[in-house]
Amino acid sequence: MTHVVTENCQACRFTDCVTVCPVACFHGDDERLYIDPEVCVDCSACISACPVGAIKEEFDLSDDEERWIEINASRAPDLPVIRSKQSPLPTAEARRSELGLN
Amino acid sequence: MTAPGTRKVAVVGSGPSGFYAAEALLEAGAEVDVIERLPTPFGLVRFGVAPDHPKLKSVCQNFTQIAGHERFAFFGNVALGRDVTIDELRGFYDAVVIASGASADRKLGVPGEHLPGSWSATEFVSWYNGHPDFRNRTFDFSCEAAVILGHGNVAIDVCRILSKSVDELRRTDICAHALEALAESRIRDVHLVGRRGPAQAKWTAKELREIGMLAEADVVLDESDLALGATCEAELADPRGVTPAQSFKILRTFQGRPRERSKAVHLHFNLSPRVLEGAGRVERVLFDRCRLSGGPFSQVADPTGETVSLKAGAVFRSVGYKGVATDGVPFDGRSGTIPHERGRVMDGDAPADGLYVAGWIKRGPSGVIGVNRACSLETVETMLSDFADRPPSQAPGRDALRSALAARAVRPVDFTSWMRIDEAEVEAGAALGKPREKFTSVDKMLAAAFAGSGPVPQSCCA
Repeated sequence: MTHVVTENCQACRFTDCVTVCPVACFHGDDERLYIDPEVCVDCSACISACPVGAIKEEFDLSDDEERWIEINASRAPDLPVIRSKQSPLPTAEARRSELGLN
Repeated sequence: MTAPGTRKVAVVGSGPSGFYAAEALLEAGAEVDVIERLPTPFGLVRFGVAPDHPKLKSVCQNFTQIAGHERFAFFGNVALGRDVTIDELRGFYDAVVIASGASADRKLGVPGEHLPGSWSATEFVSWYNGHPDFRNRTFDFSCEAAVILGHGNVAIDVCRILSKSVDELRRTDICAHALEALAESRIRDVHLVGRRGPAQAKWTAKELREIGMLAEADVVLDESDLALGATCEAELADPRGVTPAQSFKILRTFQGRPRERSKAVHLHFNLSPRVLEGAGRVERVLFDRCRLSGGPFSQVADPTGETVSLKAGAVFRSVGYKGVATDGVPFDGRSGTIPHERGRVMDGDAPADGLYVAGWIKRGPSGVIGVNRACSLETVETMLSDFADRPPSQAPGRDALRSALAARAVRPVDFTSWMRIDEAEVEAGAALGKPREKFTSVDKMLAAAFAGSGPVPQSCCA
């Protein structure tokens, strides 16, 4: 079991999650973050830290979200670890409003 | 040797918040000494995290990596107030971070709460995890029913430990003395009781799900408890609170399950404990049935007038931890925390110079391990901005601490010595097919720490 970053991180990339990760399992490219399932300890701290509810436990994914398991697992190891909060993407606030989450 | 002018910081407490503060300070170029009362580091990761959650304990590898930094030193077996005072530390270092956690437990405040057979979850958890202060507690598992008061993750941990068979626990790092006592347990029914409803429970979805996957215990609940009022529905529908909604979905899957196992976990909601009763020891708990009132996220439990009685020979109170005061440091006794502004300790309206706070003693006892990282980052950020206005450090740092300890014949356990304890525990565990068998007395920890390096000092708190 692991945790995965899903759809909502796209166009947001708030990165609040990385500050509560006890094991530095978040990696990122310019668009979004990914969780390395080999490193994640399933503590769930990141779930409530994400302002747009992008992070879910593998167990809680809907059928069309299942693809994110593979995307996180394959992308994370090749990308740099993100440990410190970064500025959200310029589109983040608009995207958050669109999702009805502010 | 560190460069002249390097900031020197003492962190009191070696749990997650202490280590995350140390990590951030090391990254900022400071020299960091972590001071710990016990010879062993890692706080609640060692003494709180349940033995059947080994994955979570792997954060110790991250802490060990932090401890490997050239500007880091560990001073185990050094108690603030006993071996060194806060005023001395403030003189030795540029700044002191109190990260001592919340070691006491909150009281229920109901009659009978201290009857024999009623314990705090803190005591029980510390005991099965081998905390030296709790090694000699005794628990009686000869009854058939236990009540756990509280709906948080600690309550669920206690519930699992009571509901699992000894065979399920044998390969974990649960202490041998606990395994032995639990082997005699006759507990068949565990009641997990909360004052409010399923939408307000504090547990995480992950922990709740585990209750439904126990090999030897069915999960039982009253379906009427899952009928929610409009306010609770509104709470669950709030997209910012993903976890309660997820938990509620899991509770739904517990409905109407067949009874097929020898034990049962009974989930109860809307029951507020009124009194613990029994002749000389606890025999039952009386509850007021409650109904919720108030707006979303501020609902309170009001008694309906109906009384519910649960038979129980063992009661575990899991209604939260509470911080304890440190001599010479401001403290708010009501919240059990140190008053602060973004981690800077406040003495009334004025900042206490060079004094900072992080973790549960700063914000209260809630939030999983990782939440303490964000908390410690905030504290360190505040400290660094305070440092920016000051001349380079003239503080003597760890040399002064070492001299003071030597003058008092206190022998600190450094990180290498802790690793000898660790190695000895892992070796003792391997013989039993466990990840480790913990030492449960300070004297045994010290003997392992200093094995082959001269006489071991007597501890004064063994």
